[in-house]
Amino acid sequence: MATPEDVLARAEALRNSLPSGFRDEVVQSLYAEAERIARRAVKTAADRKYDLDQRIDRLVTAPVSGLLIMLLLLTVVIWTTVSGANVFSEMLATVLFGFGDWARALFVSWGVPWWITGFIWDGVYLCLAWVVSVMFPPMAIFFPAFTLLEDLGYLPRVAFNLDWLFRKAGAHGKQSLTMMMGFGCNAAGVVATRVIDSPRERLIAILTNNFVPCNGRFPTLIMLATIFVAAGFSGVTASFIAAGAVVGVVLIGVAFTFFMSWLLSRTVLRGEASAFTLELPPYRRPNVLRILYTSLIDRTIFVLWRAMLTAAPAGAVIWLLANIPFGNTSLAIAIAGWLDGFGRIFGLDGVILLAYIIAIPANEIVVPTMMMMYTGASMMVEGPGSSEAIRALLVEQHGWSLLTAVNLMLFSLLHNPCGTTILTIYKETRSYKWAAMSVMITLGTAFLVTFITASLARLISHLI
Amino acid sequence: MTTRTPPADPCATCPAYAHLERMGIKMDTFDRVVALAGNPNTGKSTLFNTLTGLKQHTGNWPGKTVTRAEGGYQFNGVRYKLVDLPGTYSLLSTSQDEEVARDFLLFGQPDCTIVVTDATALERNLNLVLQVLEITDKVVVAVNLMDEARRKGIEVDARALSRDLGVPAVPISARNGEGIMSLLSTVADVIEGRIATNPCRVEGTPAFQKAIRELTPLIEQLAPGIPNARWLAIRLLEGDARVQQAIRSGELADIVRRQRSPEEQLSSTMAIVGRQ
Repeated sequence: MATPEDVLARAEALRNSLPSGFRDEVVQSLYAEAERIARRAVKTAADRKYDLDQRIDRLVTAPVSGLLIMLLLLTVVIWTTVSGANVFSEMLATVLFGFGDWARALFVSWGVPWWITGFIWDGVYLCLAWVVSVMFPPMAIFFPAFTLLEDLGYLPRVAFNLDWLFRKAGAHGKQSLTMMMGFGCNAAGVVATRVIDSPRERLIAILTNNFVPCNGRFPTLIMLATIFVAAGFSGVTASFIAAGAVVGVVLIGVAFTFFMSWLLSRTVLRGEASAFTLELPPYRRPNVLRILYTSLIDRTIFVLWRAMLTAAPAGAVIWLLANIPFGNTSLAIAIAGWLDGFGRIFGLDGVILLAYIIAIPANEIVVPTMMMMYTGASMMVEGPGSSEAIRALLVEQHGWSLLTAVNLMLFSLLHNPCGTTILTIYKETRSYKWAAMSVMITLGTAFLVTFITASLARLISHLI
Repeated sequence: MTTRTPPADPCATCPAYAHLERMGIKMDTFDRVVALAGNPNTGKSTLFNTLTGLKQHTGNWPGKTVTRAEGGYQFNGVRYKLVDLPGTYSLLSTSQDEEVARDFLLFGQPDCTIVVTDATALERNLNLVLQVLEITDKVVVAVNLMDEARRKGIEVDARALSRDLGVPAVPISARNGEGIMSLLSTVADVIEGRIATNPCRVEGTPAFQKAIRELTPLIEQLAPGIPNARWLAIRLLEGDARVQQAIRSGELADIVRRQRSPEEQLSSTMAIVGRQ
């Protein structure tokens, strides 16, 4: 009489004796049989739409053209976002900062105490104005573009294209769906992992979701790519180079997603990738009004509102830090000074690290916080002018180099999830351990990678 | 389960004279259990509502529904309990909805399973049909949405389908009641053995077949009377954690016993899901 363990051991041995791809073979022969039977039983009158769907799918899901089309669509979406957002951002900034200056002058003329004027207009309002002008334009362009692809039925095709890569990484193919949701918002991406059946693969998807930049981080990437990487170019060329840099960063993030999934599935979350069926829905004509509603009201306004809720108190904190005296300087400058040496190891500086600490509740406020501290320190509270003005401020007064910009982009891509996402991870996993793991994995990767690039840069400058 | 005497009037089995009575949730006594399986959005719940007179929420998404709905109908004097399983694309993965569906097919031993398919997307739907055929041979394939298929210029040859699948295929349109009587009499015929089925099974490679043949008797030793040891053997070979766990804890036999009573079935499934 066989015991349960005997049977399991025998099954294990038999499984190992079979060629490694046998599960795929079983599923494939099932599908082949279904296709054969359907072909015999179904007669389709020449239906052009049906044919068109299939022809598109053949192109969109083929190994080479599928990946190229994916890359092309990603580039188009990001290029549209980058080039559109710049113009729109500058316009918004002019209006919002102009209003701030006007209101501030009004307060001064009324004789309101300086600390009230400062707290409201140089703290809370300035941070809100920064968040809105930096965040709103990219989101208002990115979200409709993303929703358009979603409604067309393109996202399941991406999952199909990337499935083999995720399987190689020991992760679930549906992770590409949750990864794509992460572009919108990582917290939403973490919730979306519910579509993944196995707890092991779901955890992998949760822990690696943060490696794709969310909408809160896109503005940082776009600004840095525009001001530094594309500096020296003009017009359309500049927007292409900036978009190319952002696409590059996104691809690095995707590469880290695969690498970390692979690492996790070979260490703490060991196991095999499971098979799944994913329906490729028919392509549907998108409803423009519905897309605009979903993307602008449900997504853009929702995310922007959440960002503003953290931006207001953050603005207050920044103003307080910048105005509470500490020795013969302010608390902000003192803290940034302490962090500076540590930041330099990673090609960053103290202000950047402080900005990331203040921005833990929401990544959206990293740029505003950083800029407010830089401008505050050099007494330029009137806000940003053009890209050239920002570039001049960062390079000439704060010693930024291309390395700073590149490392900040990498750090922004790889660092810890925002507060909302960490909380969501805890809620979804019901485990402090995994929530803490998500922070340690990402932060560790961010510090390691920026340390390597900074060291390489130092080495090269030594040699030259 | 109570047994019943066959209908005295031979005409009663003829679709033209058939009589359907919707019984809602009154199922204190029933003679036969029929499971309703199928891909999501194939009109499975519409068929369930048509047969039982209930108003189950239609239009579900895969993964959202993890429970099964039950209702009853009486056809030609026989009382059937109809169990609407969650809509799934396959029975291969380990998500909760697929587990509810496949546990019921495996261990609930329904007298017949209707697999509802979408005539406009038959190929995709057949994947699930073939997987159900791996588990049970008492199957009737309902080719639904025939009206939509005709509009799209799609013709389905139900006879060729029946021949290839080895189980009857009945074209229906649950929305406007087309083919329902024919479906119900076919179900009755399959249950009573008036229609013999010979389900198409995907064979796989010789090595795979050999491994299955070796493993199947071992599983039968562990859980005598298990309805489908072969299917469990396939799952074990594929490394299905859920089946491994059921074997390790010796709960296979329990599941066979418990699957019969509706409340306990659900709680046992949930308990297994919860333990994972």
